[in-house]
Amino acid sequence: MRLLNLFKIAFKAIVLNKIRTLLTMLGIIIGVAAVIAMLAIGEGSKESIRSTISSMGSNMITVRPGEDDRGPARGSGGDVQTLTLNDYEVIKKKTTLLNYITPVVNGGGQVINGANNWPSTIYGVYPEYLDIKVVGLQSGSMFTDAEVQSASKVVLLGQTVVDNIFPDGEDPIGKLVRFNSIPFKVIGVLEEKGENTFGQDQDDVVIAPFSTVQKRILAIDYLNQIMASATSENDAPEAVTQVTEILREQHKLLDNEDDDFTVRSMEELISTFSSTSEMLTVLLVAVAGISLLIGGIGIMNIMYVSVKERTKEIGLRMAVGGKGSDILMQFLIEAILISITGGIIGVTLGLGSTIFIEKFLHWPTSVALYSIIISFAVCAITGIFFGWYPARKAAALDPITALRYE
Amino acid sequence: MNKEIIKIKDLKREFTMGNEIVHALKGISFSITEGEFVTIMGSSGSGKSTMLNILGCLDQPTSGLYEIDGVSVKDLNRNQLATIRNEKIGFIFQSYNLLARTSALENVELPLLYNSKVSTEERKERAFKALEMVGLGDRMGHTPSQLSGGQQQRVAIARSLVNNPVMILADEATGNLDTRTSYEIMSLFQELNEKGITITFVTHEPDIATFSSRTIVLKDGNIIKDYLNKDIQSAATELASLPLEPH
Repeated sequence: MRLLNLFKIAFKAIVLNKIRTLLTMLGIIIGVAAVIAMLAIGEGSKESIRSTISSMGSNMITVRPGEDDRGPARGSGGDVQTLTLNDYEVIKKKTTLLNYITPVVNGGGQVINGANNWPSTIYGVYPEYLDIKVVGLQSGSMFTDAEVQSASKVVLLGQTVVDNIFPDGEDPIGKLVRFNSIPFKVIGVLEEKGENTFGQDQDDVVIAPFSTVQKRILAIDYLNQIMASATSENDAPEAVTQVTEILREQHKLLDNEDDDFTVRSMEELISTFSSTSEMLTVLLVAVAGISLLIGGIGIMNIMYVSVKERTKEIGLRMAVGGKGSDILMQFLIEAILISITGGIIGVTLGLGSTIFIEKFLHWPTSVALYSIIISFAVCAITGIFFGWYPARKAAALDPITALRYE
Repeated sequence: MNKEIIKIKDLKREFTMGNEIVHALKGISFSITEGEFVTIMGSSGSGKSTMLNILGCLDQPTSGLYEIDGVSVKDLNRNQLATIRNEKIGFIFQSYNLLARTSALENVELPLLYNSKVSTEERKERAFKALEMVGLGDRMGHTPSQLSGGQQQRVAIARSLVNNPVMILADEATGNLDTRTSYEIMSLFQELNEKGITITFVTHEPDIATFSSRTIVLKDGNIIKDYLNKDIQSAATELASLPLEPH
């Protein structure tokens, strides 16, 4: 029997039972739509994490004092004073894999301009900081090495700080502002970067020469961190190893002693956050997959009922020359048509709800082509898998019994 | 001499029911030649249904010979049996067995759907011709629920003709119809038979036999009578002689 005829027969059976077919499809529709939407959300958040982190400088390497503080129930390394300017100089001298490097000290305080003040964080850095963080200037200029040497009282402001202490929109360049009680001259405004994925406002910063912040504001002799950028993204892991070796030697650590500092590349940071979101995606997809499975069982159920209900029809088809394989194919095609049609509606619905989520909930989404392909494949397989048993049952009927069935 | 279409020799059919063996047919022999109109009669338990199933290639004999149009059926597999049914036999059932919510034309097309040698155009054309033969050329778009019992049986007859079978096999084809409609259907059968179509009619109603050319009577799995009917009644005449129904 020609396949086209079988399709016609199966299609007719579906059209004759519209409501029932639609209800049967519903499980598949919801399952597929859920898979597509969940994967889109998962992919979207992964991509947005990646792009945020790369915008912070994908070659960036940070050195913090204290042990690796990832994982629960560890103290923050912020108060540990094991990192010094000397460490910075040694690394700078010995490294072969770093382009830029700067010591970083930072502290909180009030930025004040007349009657306006704003709580922010001041970073004391070297001019290389901008290259490492890949931040440009909106206006003005960066301070020079000479200004770092002389501990000049100049600052660059982030856009958030500018908006809050110059609410009237005047140009801050050349103005005097105070950080805590110390007056600074504004020499530049940083390019706007917006919020990162973790909800941190990257524009709420004040940047000043390293020595100024270390001595005049914080009055400390250690570093909060060292920031550097590797010669390329690929070199980053090796750079991490190199910096670690240099510092271990510098800190005279024995082989059995743990690092008293932590070197991390952005790549690691990305994978840390990605793995969290990946796990979430897997969970979401698992839930969606279960609903797809239930949809499949729904198809099996309805096909089983359909075979029972149409026993006499099957008997007739056999009596007029339908072979077992014809009957098998008829019911199998019917099941596959149901599941594939459900799949198409499901994909459409999934894409629709993805757009809805993006537009109205403002969650980052990204529809991966593979999720559509996989959903379709799963639908077809579901149809075959769950249609097979009822179809076999139909094909194995004895025509005599089937004809007499009431 | 006409061609032998059905050849049956010492045919036996046994069923195993638990520990007992039931002998449904106990060694039967007869032949049917082209153009005959045979009624197979018998009360229930006579082996009539078993005979019908075997004649229709729905079942196979335990032993003995059954040939239809020169093909021995005994050793065929399920698929080969299906092909024989598709090409050589036209079935008519007591309860019409039409597909619900499907047009008369599509119902008639059904056997040809399972024959890949017939194209879509040819299938439609042959189905239409078959419907015309049974006088329903103007009803091809109607579904079974829009047709009377007699008309539904006519559609079923058209379906049995559409594959040009060597034999039409009718199983109590008038069982669900009133007297008048039964005569109409029998007269249609006689018309078809006059055109040379071989008909085997299985029934338990004795008056049906008077319209056929030959009667085979079964009892307890054996043939007790096999005779040619010398005085064939015309169903059309019988129909005309029926009192008009009150309106």
